[in-house]
Amino acid sequence: MMLKRFGSAFPPLAVFAAFIGAWYLYGSFILDETERNISLPYFHKVVDVAFLDGENRSELLSATWTSAWIAAIGLAIAMALGLLFAVLMSQAKWVERSFYPYAVLLQTIPILALVPVIGLRFGFGVPARVIVVVIISLFPIITNTLFGLKSAEQGHHDLFTLHNANRFTRLFKLQFPSALPAMFTGFQISAGLAVIGEIVGGFFFGRGATDLGNRIQLYAARLRAEELIGAIALSAGLGIVVFWFFGFLRHRFTASWAEESNT
Amino acid sequence: MTFPDGTHALDNVSFDVNEDEFVTIVGPSGCGKSTVLRIASGLLNHTGGDYYLDDKNLGYVFQDSTLLPWRTVLANVELFDELRKGNKAERREAAMRTIKTVGLGGFENHHPRRLSGGMKMRVSLARSLTLNPRVFLFDEPFGALDEITRQNLNEEVGRLFKQLRFGGLFITHSIPEAVFMSTKVLVMSSRPGRIIDEFTVPFKYPRTSELRYDPEFARLSGEISKSLAEGH
Repeated sequence: MMLKRFGSAFPPLAVFAAFIGAWYLYGSFILDETERNISLPYFHKVVDVAFLDGENRSELLSATWTSAWIAAIGLAIAMALGLLFAVLMSQAKWVERSFYPYAVLLQTIPILALVPVIGLRFGFGVPARVIVVVIISLFPIITNTLFGLKSAEQGHHDLFTLHNANRFTRLFKLQFPSALPAMFTGFQISAGLAVIGEIVGGFFFGRGATDLGNRIQLYAARLRAEELIGAIALSAGLGIVVFWFFGFLRHRFTASWAEESNT
Repeated sequence: MTFPDGTHALDNVSFDVNEDEFVTIVGPSGCGKSTVLRIASGLLNHTGGDYYLDDKNLGYVFQDSTLLPWRTVLANVELFDELRKGNKAERREAAMRTIKTVGLGGFENHHPRRLSGGMKMRVSLARSLTLNPRVFLFDEPFGALDEITRQNLNEEVGRLFKQLRFGGLFITHSIPEAVFMSTKVLVMSSRPGRIIDEFTVPFKYPRTSELRYDPEFARLSGEISKSLAEGH
């Protein structure tokens, strides 16, 4: 068991070690002292300044926490809206035809282009960041859930038809359970996007609670390279945690019966 | 029966199935055998002709077991009564009983993915049995199973038929299966499907696997095979 754990942890750890090694090689052979200080300090300096210094660490962790809860609020709203629209679209073809093009549009508008519009209308605080998160994470939830709801087999539909099941029974006892694996995949993709959306939002909307986006902007402006890299690492870490969390939920709800798992 | 795309699927198909009768339709692939069942069960609207079926307690087993993968064996077997909003305690009792009838006692809490193809088909049978069907439709249910499992299930269904005395309508393209199962075999031609021949099967129930080696069994199978070849 121990050996097996080690076996599965070893490949990514080896890649990490190689990455850190390349970082040191690049720093020592290609950059000079000044360049290292303003753009890419050594790995140990990043750890030292960003995470071992108490003040910087608490500044970064509190920004991470802020990013986490703003992303969570936005994601929760996107999940509620996404499920609602997916269910409506699955129930009537005309609803799907009417709304689907706009769901696609949501995905194709560059979020940066919307920033001024959102800021001017909703201010430059937390609500604006929540809106960015909702916009960026809505599409995968709608499409994956809709795909899942429509993926129920014809043979299963026949059973429900034979026994005169109404629309709601069909939805709750057949389509919704059929949709669970795809739905959780949608949540998983959107959770990662929500974190990115929150940080992009924070980059432009600086009022209110201070999040990682605000910090990244500040560190970049003041050439505090160690903290900047620390903040980037925490952003990525936050994304990985939410990705894992929804992967765990999917496993929890579907692993006992799903025919194939695509983790 | 003509489909919207103009396919003329069935023509002049007329027959009766009474209680205590087990009728099998054999015919080439694509001749419209399954369409007969889909019309009879009301899954498909027909374009001409008429039929009557006592569909209050209709048993219907498909080519695929059509078990809901997220439900356990027990919950799958309970599905039909649940959809009909029956009594909960009676539902549980009926499900436990029919699971035992098909020989799957002890597997109540397994999910379908842990069962073999034959076991899934048994669960599918148990699910229909909970309705205490007076008419039982079988749409090539054992076509995907291996020969041994298929023969076992043939005997099993024969046993259920004798015990419960429902009217059975069975679809297959296997002639030995048709002869083994039925009291009457109807031969269907290729499209548009027509009933071109009818054979009465005289063997007594319970039928066991020895019957397959009976000379009379072989003779009857041969005749049906010949009729099928002529109608093709």
